[in-house]
Amino acid sequence: MTTLSLLTTRTWSRLPRRHVPVLATLVLLLVLYGVGVSQYRAFSNIQVIFNVFIDNGFLLVVAVGMTFVILTGGIDLSVGSVVAMTAMVSAFLLREGLPAALVLVIALLIGPTLGFLMGCVIHFFDIQPFIVTLAGMFFARGMCTFISGSSIPITDGFWTRMSQERIGNPSGNFVSISVLIAFAVVAVAAYTLAYTRLGRNVYAIGGNPQSALLMGLPVGRTRIAVYTISGLCAAIGGILLSFYTLSGAPLIAVGMELDVIAAVVIGGTVLTGGSGYVFGTVLGVLVLGVIQTLITFDGSLNSWWTKIVIGGLLFAFILLQRLIGIRYK
Amino acid sequence: MTGSHPVLTMTGISKSFPGVRALDNVDFRLFPGEVHALMGENGAGKSTLIKVLTGVYGTDQGTVTLADEQVSFTGPMQATAAGVSTVFQEVNLCTNLSVAENIFIGREPRRLGAVRWGEMRRQARALLARLDLDIDVNAQLGSYSLAVQQMVAIARAIDIKARVLVLDEPTSSLDAGEVAQLFRVMRQLRDDGIAILFVTHFLDQVYEIADRITVLRNGQLVGEYLTGELPQLGLVEKMIGKELRVLERLDEQPRRAATDRATGTPLLDVHELGRRSAVAPFSLTIHEGEVVGLAGLLGSGRTEVARLLFGADRADHGDVRVQGSPASLRTPVAAIGHGIGFCSENRRAEGIIAELSVRENIILAMQAARGWLRPIPRRRQDELVERYVRALSIRPADPELPVGNLSGGNQQKVLLARWLITEPRLLILDEPTRGIDIGAKTEIQRLVAQLSDGGMAVLFVSAELEEVLRLSHKIAVLRDREMVAQLTNDQDVDADRIMQSIAAGAGHEGVPS
Repeated sequence: MTTLSLLTTRTWSRLPRRHVPVLATLVLLLVLYGVGVSQYRAFSNIQVIFNVFIDNGFLLVVAVGMTFVILTGGIDLSVGSVVAMTAMVSAFLLREGLPAALVLVIALLIGPTLGFLMGCVIHFFDIQPFIVTLAGMFFARGMCTFISGSSIPITDGFWTRMSQERIGNPSGNFVSISVLIAFAVVAVAAYTLAYTRLGRNVYAIGGNPQSALLMGLPVGRTRIAVYTISGLCAAIGGILLSFYTLSGAPLIAVGMELDVIAAVVIGGTVLTGGSGYVFGTVLGVLVLGVIQTLITFDGSLNSWWTKIVIGGLLFAFILLQRLIGIRYK
Repeated sequence: MTGSHPVLTMTGISKSFPGVRALDNVDFRLFPGEVHALMGENGAGKSTLIKVLTGVYGTDQGTVTLADEQVSFTGPMQATAAGVSTVFQEVNLCTNLSVAENIFIGREPRRLGAVRWGEMRRQARALLARLDLDIDVNAQLGSYSLAVQQMVAIARAIDIKARVLVLDEPTSSLDAGEVAQLFRVMRQLRDDGIAILFVTHFLDQVYEIADRITVLRNGQLVGEYLTGELPQLGLVEKMIGKELRVLERLDEQPRRAATDRATGTPLLDVHELGRRSAVAPFSLTIHEGEVVGLAGLLGSGRTEVARLLFGADRADHGDVRVQGSPASLRTPVAAIGHGIGFCSENRRAEGIIAELSVRENIILAMQAARGWLRPIPRRRQDELVERYVRALSIRPADPELPVGNLSGGNQQKVLLARWLITEPRLLILDEPTRGIDIGAKTEIQRLVAQLSDGGMAVLFVSAELEEVLRLSHKIAVLRDREMVAQLTNDQDVDADRIMQSIAAGAGHEGVPS
């Protein structure tokens, strides 16, 4: 009797349901790319894809950090401001004449420190991540304007080299160093989530924090860690952005946290936590990038169409998650 | 059987919560190589004692000694590391992770910091084989039934090199075969020298497996006994602290004859109602004042039937008549509108709202039925709540206490009270006595009998055949998500007969309605 009831519960659960959202994103990406290729001859050039990565490398890095946070069922609204603050601090310190290496270290410490503090507040005072990171967002944005009310250009040799260095093949296609850094971050993050205790604890907490605690997992430490990781990724993203724009501007990356969340969700990570992959996030960022590229290629469409399309996609993907979730329970 | 020296000693343990004295100077000891049953009614302090032992709660007073060392765990992780593993009453695992990961998370086999997935799956398979459980260790835990999840939780606890294994109501969601399986594992572990603390409400199970019994009542220690020296009746008396008048009265009551209640227009008449992948189409009639029992093994579709009738799940087949006129039970609101109430099996997740007070929980359904724009006056609320707290002897009798602070049985009573004040015409009770003690069980059974005598129809879902037999006028038997028989509960129906219909499938006694 036991085996029989086991079998019945088993048959309709064998579908790899946790993979469905990622597969849907992959299909969507291929469709979008297919549309581009069929409409515009130049679209099939591999450099179009490379450019998507070059233009969105910093977004990808930040989205990877956000994936950790959302996997635990949390949210980090501060990332856009942290990106701006990191770029701003770098530009300011470089203008003050500090050596590039020291500037890098300082800039890369600010984000994780803020993330760590926010994680501590969220964990120890049991406050909603939404409101804590909202506070962090205002704080970091305020710091940008505090440093300088206007944009600071970067003329440092290291920065300009990182900005202009092209890594390519003889046929003329290339990527920037930022893209390689972004790939490295993706690889490390994917490994961390799949093969380390920290990564597995992230999934467990997203699945059921109460159970995770009773299973003896370090819930508090993990929760603080994910906000620290998100802060670190935002800091790296800020550096990459400053490579890209060669300046620090107080109002850059406003609202970027929302693009990042959109990319993560479209990439198949469930907002309530416990399910999702870094690979999905890469796809999510690519979807956003390809939509932008399509609209640029068209030329006649206003860039706000990007937002409209992303809005529609977000709706569709949240509904998809819900539909899968019903059977998942 | 038992060594001369206890592996675990708890001395003078006291613990209070706001408004509740949960433990009062309780002593407890546990020897290696024994199964020790911790018994008591709901609210006696069993769960609290276990949570104190495993570090979920701190103590107000008292000491815990493990292997001659005084310990004070700050959490389950520390307790586990010291060799005290616990399987809690509710399955505390992560349903989004795989079976293998649920067994090993926190102590995965690793090489250079990297989780060795292959090795982990291999070990998980080996462990589950020891429990005779043949499931896919890669599948998500959430895709398996609660019973399987419970076994996985036990596998997790066993794997940790445990000296003390605490099983808090592990059998309340298992069927007979699975209980036997669990007991086999428990005996094996006991023979390996592990001390097992076993909490259950099933007296038969205690006498089947336990070597020693400790009884708690109202947060106080009643005593420690060898199982062989304490007869079952004596145990019950010690647990409820009074003579067995109540129990006997119910047993004396003659089998509730299939009176002529099943006449006239049925209150509820469902025809070929069904839902794909939940339960095959079935027909059922329920008359006023009739108790219809739903019997069947775990996972046979009992809860699914109950949920369909309440509109909690939407039927994709069949039609429903309420008092002769066609009706739709597509949502709980519609069902409530037709006078149907539903006490869920899963009281923690689907029933009570732990943060709200007893009063707020009780008036919830009535308020919902009235609509939120017509609040129930506070005086009327207090009156009603007061009445039902007394009628169901909800303890502690403080209506302003958060329900989460009450014991399982009392939470169940609160849930029952919630529906009773709406005066439903049909009350669906899904496992109302699961996980509650014998005193509360008897009270609830008596209440069901009273309600039906008063004209209320009751659909009574229970895993315990005795209970179904004692209370029902008619018994519907489910097997593999199909209603295979409907038996009128007369003199020639007994537990064997129901077991036969469950075993045989298509019942020769099928009564078409």
